[in-house]
This record gives sequence, structure tokens and C-alpha cells, in this order.
Amino acid sequence: MSLSTVEAIAGDLPPEDPAVKGIQGRTPLQLVVARLRTDRVAIISIVVILLIIILAIAAPLIAGITGHGATDANVDTGTDASGQPLPPGSAGYLLGTDNLGRDILVRIAYGARVSLLVGVLATAIATIVGVVVGLFAGYFGGWLDGILARIMDVVLSFPYVLFAIVLVSVFGSSLPLVILVIAFFSFAAIGRIVRGQALSQREKEYVEAAHSLGAGNLRIMFVDILPNLVAPVIVLATLLIPTAIIFEATLSFLGLGVTPPTPSWGNMLSDAEGVGFQAWWFYIFPMLFLLLTTLAFNLLGDAVRDALDPRAERIFAARRKKAA
Amino acid sequence: MPDPAADGDILLGAEDIVKHFPIKEGIFFKHQVGSVKAVDGVSLQVRRGETLGLVGETGCGKSTLARCIMRLFPLTSGHLTFDGADLSTLSRSGMRPYRRGMQMIFQDPYGSLNSRRRVGSIIGDPLAIHHVASGAERRKRVQGLMEVVGLNPEHYNRFPAEFSGGQRQRIGVARALALHPKLIVCDEPVSALDVSIQAQIINLLEDLQGEFGLTYIFIAHDLAVVQHVSDRVAVMYLGKIVEVADVKDLYSTPHHPYTNALLSASVVADPDKARTRDRIILTGDVPSPINPPSGCRFHTRCPKAQPICSTEEPLLKSGVGDPPGHVTACHFPVAEGEKLASEKATILHAVEGFLAEAPT
Amino acid sequence: MTRFLIRRIVFGLITLWVIITLVFVLYYARPGVDPARELAGRAVTPALLENINKEYGFNLPVIVQYWNYLKRLVPIPGQFNLGTSNVNRLPVTTIIAQAVPIDISLAVGSAILWMVLGISVGVLAARRPRSLWDRGATVFVLTGVSMPTFILGLLLLYVLYYLLTIHGIAIFPKPGSWTPFTQNPLEWAHDLLLPWITLALITAATYSRLTRSSLLETLGEDYIRTARAKGLSERRVVYRHGLRSSLTPIVTQFGIDLATVLGGAIITESIFGLPGLGLTVVQAIEVENLPVVIGIVLVASFFVVAANIVVDALYAVLDPRVRVS
Repeated sequence: MSLSTVEAIAGDLPPEDPAVKGIQGRTPLQLVVARLRTDRVAIISIVVILLIIILAIAAPLIAGITGHGATDANVDTGTDASGQPLPPGSAGYLLGTDNLGRDILVRIAYGARVSLLVGVLATAIATIVGVVVGLFAGYFGGWLDGILARIMDVVLSFPYVLFAIVLVSVFGSSLPLVILVIAFFSFAAIGRIVRGQALSQREKEYVEAAHSLGAGNLRIMFVDILPNLVAPVIVLATLLIPTAIIFEATLSFLGLGVTPPTPSWGNMLSDAEGVGFQAWWFYIFPMLFLLLTTLAFNLLGDAVRDALDPRAERIFAARRKKAA
Repeated sequence: MPDPAADGDILLGAEDIVKHFPIKEGIFFKHQVGSVKAVDGVSLQVRRGETLGLVGETGCGKSTLARCIMRLFPLTSGHLTFDGADLSTLSRSGMRPYRRGMQMIFQDPYGSLNSRRRVGSIIGDPLAIHHVASGAERRKRVQGLMEVVGLNPEHYNRFPAEFSGGQRQRIGVARALALHPKLIVCDEPVSALDVSIQAQIINLLEDLQGEFGLTYIFIAHDLAVVQHVSDRVAVMYLGKIVEVADVKDLYSTPHHPYTNALLSASVVADPDKARTRDRIILTGDVPSPINPPSGCRFHTRCPKAQPICSTEEPLLKSGVGDPPGHVTACHFPVAEGEKLASEKATILHAVEGFLAEAPT
Repeated sequence: MTRFLIRRIVFGLITLWVIITLVFVLYYARPGVDPARELAGRAVTPALLENINKEYGFNLPVIVQYWNYLKRLVPIPGQFNLGTSNVNRLPVTTIIAQAVPIDISLAVGSAILWMVLGISVGVLAARRPRSLWDRGATVFVLTGVSMPTFILGLLLLYVLYYLLTIHGIAIFPKPGSWTPFTQNPLEWAHDLLLPWITLALITAATYSRLTRSSLLETLGEDYIRTARAKGLSERRVVYRHGLRSSLTPIVTQFGIDLATVLGGAIITESIFGLPGLGLTVVQAIEVENLPVVIGIVLVASFFVVAANIVVDALYAVLDPRVRVS
């Protein structure tokens, strides 16, 4: 047999045998999905998140059906005879109106867009930056790691609300700035974990093997090490979404996030605070939707973490066996 | 097996290879306070088509030497030539074209395969990195390789976790084979495997050597395995090579006291021989490579040590009447028939620790 | 250990310097911005601008401005100067000095509450993993991390202040009440009760989670098994051997949180109308009172850096492994 035998044997193989294609190991992702399917809490959270996404997508539709825009002050129908806001269940206003006669349902739906947009975009930026920074710091080590790790520590330990409002006050509030500020204060959470993992992964023999094959640093970092970090990154990213949503709501509540009259759950609550507690529905709906969203994402994050950590399942199985 | 003596063609030449790992300390600015002298002046030649065995205790620097030869890190000093090219000071990217000619098989069949990637992509990695083949072509070649090493090509899409230790080591062999290298450095390729599997992998390696004309550097601490696969054997102690010889010479007439000690401590399958053999018990622990002994590094544990051994370092040279290629670094080489065990009665530490070395 | 501390202190000072410099660049040396105009705030007159320009030397080269700025921040009496408020002309140091007692009061009360609550829930959960206690703790933690501070504050205000008060049960004071401790300690605590609870509930969740995971990990260690094998009581094993070494992550978190509250619990203070640093900075931003904003940012940064150094010192005491590194 000569070197060409390898190719010769290869040539003999049925190239696209469907049976060959059928044999596939389950990817970790497939395993996680399979485990999540049996987790009731995870399914409920996913359903809640999907409903809120649908609400956000359908916002213009809801505005169309009710005939009220998100920023329309419905002077004639939105307030009662004495100019007071309407409670929930009033004709044409399912969730009532605010002090300007605006439809709370429509504003909630548009607010969902802001929350989800900020939550997902800020998390995506933070995740990408965090992964890249963490990989470089952990993989290369040395002075680069010293500086990057220190920066991440500092970012994590600083009172981010204070610094966020300072930045927003300096540059003027706008949605992109809010997203960038949130991403900036969140990337370190992912970056630190990725750095720690990369530090331990780079000592593994498979990295040495890749090196011996001639793989470059970038290839080793992103093709070899990164797949091993997917699990913690997914969990963290899921948990960052609600944090980002809360962050945006807080900034908007302080009047430094989404600028009125554009509705966001945070600035709706800020408006409500200016009116007082007697109109409880000003408060209760934005609160409810905000809480529901953050809770659903946090529950999902927890479930994903459990699904990624087979140990947790084993403990569970052992318990069930004992009980039976 | 080709006759090593007949072929004087040197594939790999190492000259005075040194690898020191610095130990750093400092509050703000780290400064070097010492170094681990893992490999401290090693010269070796590997001939085309042969298998050079490399033995020694854990921590003697044999794995570091393998990584020096593979240029997985910069050399502290020394010269390394491969197939006529000087690799001593090449940068990481400068090394890349040469990596096609030299590959490595690792000790740990679990750690050396990325558990998050499919076997097909692991074996195809070298083809992708060196832009040799892509797409369907790469897949075909990978499946061919899997066949060659005795894996089912249909398992192309599986993850390493779905294979046994022996099968994983076959994956590692297939990966090393993908670029048709000239040299494969095998770093304890079987010490993590069950004994029954060890034989399979060794047979596979031997078959492949015949089929593809490979040259091996075979590192192991199991003397029987080394004896079986090697044409020549080099013995390492504390960062230095103490003896090199053809396999038959080394096992029949070892000259260095350390080689004698190693051989006497190895398990002998024949019970009669085992009972009658002469066991040499070494005194003391292996000294620290941070601060190795002066002169001959073995003098602190050597039964034949004399004052000169602690002052003057012995060089590798061949003794009177030795066959060509048998070199020993010792002031007082052990003669044939000499009973080393009776030389000194100080029995403190057995070389048993060497045998107990767990395959990790 | 001294080496470790020296290194940490130097790193802390470098961090502080970087922040001070960033503040300078952001406010005084940003291209296209007239810092005097910014500092003057809303009641701007040409005379005022000239005054500020003279006082801060904005016509000097940037590097000289920076040097003078740094000199003003050196904590020596007579030299230390954070400027004056552009609203009421009070020195910023005076404004901060008035606000800080409120933040200290907030921090002390809520920190005690959140530590006790957080750690006990965490210990309960860790001692019986997967039990009903553990599930309860999980619900507590998840609600805590999902709950924005301002929502919890508003809810507490609505239920405990508004609903009770309109039904004639006025237990809790109305927002904006504040009595100094030296004046009437009881009244002080009464006024701060709701803000304390708000901060404590939000923060405790993190501590429960940290305690649980850290303690679970520690209790799986060999030396804990040894302690049990010696025949120590379970209490002793958990509290003396287990909890002590689980404390390190909690101490780190505590330092960060304490510093954050000291530097201004912005949301809590805004909702309950407490004129601490947090409310002061929000109000200062609203009226473009830049000197006050800058002063508070610098003070808050100082708190964070100082807290980090203290935490590192505690770390070394708690975890002997740190001392040698």
C-alpha cells in the first residue's frame, strides 16, 4: 500500500450513502434541547417570551385595531368628562388610559419592542465583545491578560447606574447610546467567565495538538477553544438579557433612557409616578409586563444551565429512584 | 523493519537543544529568579525510516524534548534541522509549511481530541489548516484515513466521546497521518491505554510505518514497549541523554549505570529470569531540574560515583569494543557481566517509583 | 501578604487615576465643547463665564489644565476643591458632606438586612439541596434578580404606605422623610425602614445564590468529610468549617455592593425622596449642575476603589492561599 492507497480506498467508498449520513452524534445543543423539552418551567418561560415577542411584533396591528397610536393623546375619548384617565375595561381601552388619554395597551405593546430590542441587541454586543476580549485575555495571557482582566474587574465593580446616567447625560439620551452603555457594562460579566475558561482550556492537549498541526492562534481560539465555551456563554447570555432589560427600564424611569413620548415600560412608570397612586393601572401593567419578561428570561437561563450540566440531572434521577 | 545501520540518511538532527522554563517573581515587574532546566543540551540524530525510542522517568524532559522537536515553543538554544531545513529559530508562521512533514501523536487520547468537534472535522483539521482539500474531497480523504487506521468511516459524524480509548488513539493516528508526514513524534502513545489495546495500537503504528515509510520518535516509559518498536533507543535522565545504542546492544549490554538500573527494575515476563536477575536499587530521589547536580547529573544516585563525577560532566562517547552508534555519557561505564548491585549497599529508595508511574 | 496588598493598593490608585482622567476628558477636554459654558449651567452670564474661565484656567493649554485639575483633587486642606454648585453657589464639598450621612445610614441598615437575609436563605438551601427549602430559596433568588429596584420600591410604597395610609393605618412615613440619627435614632430607623427593605430584598438574592453555590461546593470537599468523620456536629461542620471558606466570594460582592450604596443608591433615593448622593446627582443632571455631578462621580469612584482594596485585605485574611500568591 502506498500513499495513494488512502485516496484509492476513499474512492471506493459510496460517497453519499444515506445510511452514512444517518449516523450522527447528537450535538450538545441537541442534547440540551432534548432536556429542555422535559422541563415544564423552561417550556412555560419560552411560551411567555414568545407571547411577548408576538405582542411586540403585533404592536402596529394592535394600534390599528384600537385606532390609537402609541403617542396619540386621545383628548375626546381617552379621558372621562372631568378629564380624568379611564380605568381598565373602559370602552375601547382594554387596559385603560394614562393622564394624557393615551391607550396603555398600545403603549405596552410598543414598550415591549423597546425592551426586547435593547435586551437582545445589548446582550448580543456584550456577548461578542466579552467572548473576544475574554478569549484574547485567557489565551494569550501575559501583560495583555493583566490589562484586560483588570479592566473587566473594574467595569464589574463600578456602580454602573451612576456611570450610565453620567454618560447618557453627557451625550444626550438616544436608543443606540443606551444599548451601547448597557453593552459596555455587561461585556465584562461574559468576558471574565470566558477568560477563566480559556485559561484552563489552553492548557489542554487538544490545543497543543492543533498547534502541532500548524493551526494559527486565531484558528485555535475560535475553532478549537470557542466550541468548548459555548455552554457557559449561552447561559450567561440568557441571563444578561433580563439584566439589560432592567437596565433600560431603570434608565428610562430616571428619564435618561428612551425619551418620551416614545413609550418604554420604564418611562411609562416614570410618568405614572408623576401622577400618583390613585390611578393604579398606570403602574400595574408596565410593572407586570416588565416582571413577567425578566422572570421568564431568568427562569429560562436557569433551566438552560441545568440542562447543560448533566450532573444536576443525575442528582435528580437518583432522587427519583430513591423515592420510588 | 529497515536496517538502521544501512541507512545513514539523517531526517532529523538535533544539536545541543536546550529548553529552560523561566520561574518569575515580582510585585509589579516580574523578573526571572531561576529556571526549570527541562532539556539541557540534547543532541540526537534520527535516520529516515527508523524508530528511535526515547525512555526515561517522569520529569526527565522527554516530553519537553518532543515538543522542542515539534517546535511547539521557541528553543532556549540549540539547532534543529529537519529534512535539510533549519527549524531552530523559525517563527510560528515560519514553521507552518514544515509541519506538513512532521506530526505528533499525544499521550492522552481524551485530552488530545477536542470533545466539541466531530471526528471527521478533527481528522480533517490538518487538511483544512494547510488548504490541502476541502468539502467533499476532504470528507473522502478523511474517510479513507479512518479506514486505514481501522475505524469505521461511517462514524465520520460522531463525537470523540462516542469512542473507546483505543479508537480515540486511532483517531489521533489518522490525524497525524492526514498530511503524509515524514516524521511522527509519538509521545507515550499507548501509556494511557489498557494493555490489550496497547498491542493493537503498536501493531497499527508498525504497519503504517511499513506502508508509508514513516520515521518515528517513540517516547515511552515502558521498556518492553520501547524494545519492541525501536531500532535504536536513547535514555534520558534529568534533561540529558545518557546513553544511545541500537536496541539489541542497549538491552543486552547497557553501559550507563542508570540504564542498568532502569533495565533491572523492569518487569521480566520469564519467572526464572526474574528470580535470578540482579536488581539495582537506586538511592535518593530524582534531583530537581531547577538546580541539577554538578558534573554528571546521576552522581547523587549512582552506585559507581567517584569524586570526578561531581566535578566533570561526562560526554557521550563510545567505549572500546562497542558497536558503532553505541554512545554513553559516563566516566565509569558498566562493563559486560559486571554486577552493579553489589557495588554499593546503601539501599534507600527503590526505583520502584519508576514502575509505579501511573499512566495518566 | 504585604506584597499582595501593596500591589492591590497600587492597582487601586491607578484605577482611580484612570477614572479621574476619563472624567477630565469627558467634561473638560472633549472636543467641540466649551467647558465653562457647561459648568455655568442654566443661569449663564458673560461675567460668570469669564469668572469660570479665570478660575479653571480654560484658556491655558490642556496639559496645564489637567495638572491643575489633578492638584485640586489632592486631599490636602486648602488645596482640595471640587468647585461650587452653579445653582446655589455652595461648595460642592458642602453639598456632598450633607448628602453622605444619608448614604451611610442607608448602607448600614440595608447591608445588615441583606447579609442576614441572603446568607441565611443560602445556607438553608445548601443544607438541603432540592428540598422544599431549596426551591423556596430559588424562587426568592429568581424574583430578586428579576425585580428592578424601582418596581420593588414602588410596590412597597404602594402597598405599605399608600394603601395602608388611605385606610387610616399610617405606619410608614411618607416619601421624603428623613431624620438624622443624632437627632432621633428611632425616627431615623423608622424613616429608613422602607428604603432599607427595598435595597435589602433586591441585593439579598445575589448573596443567597452565592452562598448556596459556594457552600455546596465547599461541603463536597474532602476536608469537610474529614470533619464529619471526626464526629463533629453537623452545625459545627457547616458553620465553622464550611461557611468560613465559602465566604470569599461573598466578601467580594459585599465590597462592591457597599461601595455602590455609599456612592449613591440612585433608584432607592429617587423613589423614597432621600436627599443622598444618588438623588442629588440625578437632580444635578436635571438642572445641568455640572460641578455637583463631577464631584459626586469622583467621590463614588473613590468609594469603589477603597472598598475594593479593603475587600482584598479581607480576602487575604480569609483565604490563606491568597497570602502566598
